[in-house]
Amino acid sequence: MICLEAGYRPPLNRKRTTLTEGLTHEPTTHRALQHHFENMEQQREAGTLGMWVFLVTELMFFGGLFLAYTIYRYQYPAAFATASNHLDIRLGGVNTVVLIVSSFTMAMAVFSTQLGRRRNSVIYLLLTIVLGMTFLGIKAVEYHDKYVDSLIPGQLIPGRPFNPAVAKPGDTDPHKLHLVEGANVRNVELFYWIYFAMTGLHALHMIIGIGLLIVLTIMAGRGRFGPEYHAPVEISGLYWHFVDIIWIFLFPLLYLLGRHLEGHLG
Amino acid sequence: MEEFETPKPPHTNYINAEYGLKSWLLTRDHKRIALLYLGAISFYFFIGSLYAMAIRLELLTPQADLVQSSTYNKMFTQHGIIMVFFFLIPAIPATLGNFLVPMMIGAKDLAFPRINLLSWYIYMVGGLITIYALLAGGVDTGWTFYVPYSTTFSNSYVIATGVGIFISGFSSILTGLNFIVTIHTMRAPGMTWFRLPLFIWAHYATSLIMILGTPVVAVTILLVALERLAHIGIFDPAAGGDPILFQHLFWFYSHPAVYIMVLPAMGVVSELIANFSRKNIFGYKFIAFSSLAIAVFGFLVWGHHLFVSGQSVYAGMIFSFLSFAVAIPSAIKVFNWTATLYKGSISYDTPMLYALGFIGLFTIGGMTGLFLASLATDVHLSDTYFIVAHFHYIMVGGTLLAYLGGLHYWWPKISGRMYPEGWGRFSALVVFVGFNLTFSPQFVLGYMGMPRRYHTYPADMVSWQVLHVLSTAGASILGVGLLIPLCYLVWSMRYGPIAAANPWNLPGLEWQTASPPPTENFLTTPVVTTEAYQFAAPEHKEVVGKFERQKPAGT
Ligand code: HEM
Ligand SMILES: [Cu+2]
Repeated sequence: MICLEAGYRPPLNRKRTTLTEGLTHEPTTHRALQHHFENMEQQREAGTLGMWVFLVTELMFFGGLFLAYTIYRYQYPAAFATASNHLDIRLGGVNTVVLIVSSFTMAMAVFSTQLGRRRNSVIYLLLTIVLGMTFLGIKAVEYHDKYVDSLIPGQLIPGRPFNPAVAKPGDTDPHKLHLVEGANVRNVELFYWIYFAMTGLHALHMIIGIGLLIVLTIMAGRGRFGPEYHAPVEISGLYWHFVDIIWIFLFPLLYLLGRHLEGHLG
Repeated sequence: MEEFETPKPPHTNYINAEYGLKSWLLTRDHKRIALLYLGAISFYFFIGSLYAMAIRLELLTPQADLVQSSTYNKMFTQHGIIMVFFFLIPAIPATLGNFLVPMMIGAKDLAFPRINLLSWYIYMVGGLITIYALLAGGVDTGWTFYVPYSTTFSNSYVIATGVGIFISGFSSILTGLNFIVTIHTMRAPGMTWFRLPLFIWAHYATSLIMILGTPVVAVTILLVALERLAHIGIFDPAAGGDPILFQHLFWFYSHPAVYIMVLPAMGVVSELIANFSRKNIFGYKFIAFSSLAIAVFGFLVWGHHLFVSGQSVYAGMIFSFLSFAVAIPSAIKVFNWTATLYKGSISYDTPMLYALGFIGLFTIGGMTGLFLASLATDVHLSDTYFIVAHFHYIMVGGTLLAYLGGLHYWWPKISGRMYPEGWGRFSALVVFVGFNLTFSPQFVLGYMGMPRRYHTYPADMVSWQVLHVLSTAGASILGVGLLIPLCYLVWSMRYGPIAAANPWNLPGLEWQTASPPPTENFLTTPVVTTEAYQFAAPEHKEVVGKFERQKPAGT
């Protein structure tokens, strides 16, 4: 099969077969072809479109939270600056880098799969999984810090209600909240509510993504993919990049906001 | 359109291809999944109706005789939740849509059969969790879950119900996703966009709303549930949160959701009107694009539910204007249907009776929407029985009638049997009469000031009681009208006369294959050569002014 030939490149901008013409010729009978599709091309097109539609849904899902964020950030800038400053910008920054690199390894996994380089695609998939887990690990550390500082809103954690220590002027203890002038602790709680909702939802998506990648790695290891059939990897790649992009928005909105706002609030 | 081979009965079809419970519960055939949905949806509809009967009985007299206020609150809440989330939203798309979208475009199945089955399971899990919540103690927040009552004060099973609705939301997202991908990528050769039946356009528009709106309500309900758990949240004024934000997010979905309920119904009615007038539909493109216009504009009018919630007056004015604008595409459809009837050869079979009923009742429902969309009148009418009547005219008079009409129309295809036509027509009339008797008095009641969601009213208001009695009487008639089809449809599955492949003698693709269809729908992939609704060959047409029409018979 051509897939084993070194240097084979899938035609990148292959002419998209339109429905009417595509159905009659090229009777591909790949074993991954499902019975209700006419050919692999149609199956791949459907899968890809399906993922894009799903991502639109996801965007709307996060959209409600972004809206809430925008409204309250506008209403309570001082409290948001306070709370944002208290987030660990180093851990957040490292995590951003981790995710960007994982997007790269994911892209490489897709690329290797398209070329039929089985070993490489397994390696890149594994790397992506490891990076994803690193992200979650760091996130867990951050969550734990917030837990220690009693910053988890309301009574979500029984026995640990939201009750941060507020720093007095001159006190530099990093575990205490350093209220920006005009900030109200209850509004800080609102920020943390949004922070946990958004990053929690994001983390949930990461966990699902890692699950997907594990399945893909097993399939890739068994040699299920090749130049004619690599849609699952591509499609999961779309999902993974999407989850990364959400983080790319979350990071400045949550972590960098404080610095920006403080400049404005004086 | 070409002729296709149709196997003669008894043939292997999707129903007798496999036997046993397992073959149904693990099926990936869109037609079988449609039947699974049909069963489940009928079940929820039945439960929802029981609540409705109890509500109507309670309102017979001014005082509380049957239940206390707290129980009554739960009754109307549970009625609303079950009917909206578990009946009206999935009713047409998940049953008729599931069955027909692939057949009408000449595909073998939906693009993602496994996801289709998954959506049914998700729907069932969500539904059963909700039923659990109802049995465990019920919810009393109204189907709208307004905060802070739902987050802070209600002592009922809000979280469990919320979880149930949250979960079932994904079934509608997945159905929408499946339809969009299927319509884009799986049309038969020659099935161009403008040859698609209008049923497909309607489902396409519906699917857009499902994928764009449902996630927003899902996350909103999730936030309400979390807020109950944490005793604080983004809607809680104690933390500086804004309860009105909840209303915005909720209606951002729930206004478009009313179009999730009515757009598929409009698709069914377009089919029925064209086919039972034996005439090409008038203004095909207008109807097709008005569906899309409704889907788009439907997202811009949610604020008309907040006119009396303290929303800014300027926002109110804009939302009022946009609400008037969104009525235009609906009106376009009504005009086009009526124009299609003009000089058609109309036959008054059961499905057509339902379709004609739809046009009239939907028009009333839509027009009264405009009363509510006018700022000044809404202040008077908001939260009265006028609203209750408004949306029941659309949801019951519109969606339910179209659903029944569609079910009868495609019943021969679905079951392979004919339903008894005489009983069909009779029950369609009973439903129509019962419906109007139930809900038209409610317009008057609302206008006179009877608030919604109350179970008592002043004893000296004799006219109110008269209207309530009329309404309850109508509801009983309506109930009978709905039980009759239940009986004869079930009866016909076994004893009805065997249906021909094309009993109505129509050009649609779904009629060009056996009844019931084989598992892969068509023996050979059909090739489409004409537009939808072509009843006469071009030589039988004449041009009148700018319009083309079928020549009257005998010329
Ligand atoms: C097309 C299908 C429609 C459906 C299924 C529908 C359904 C509903 C429902 C369920 C409600 C009540 C919500 C609640 O408070 O529980 C409602 C209220 C309302 N509807 Fe409709 N509606 C439809 C069309 C329209 C149209 C076309 C308009 C205006 C152009 C309209 C204007 C309104 C307004 C303004 C209210 C809010 C009234 C108030 O709360 O004061 N509706 N509708
Ligand atoms: Cu509305």
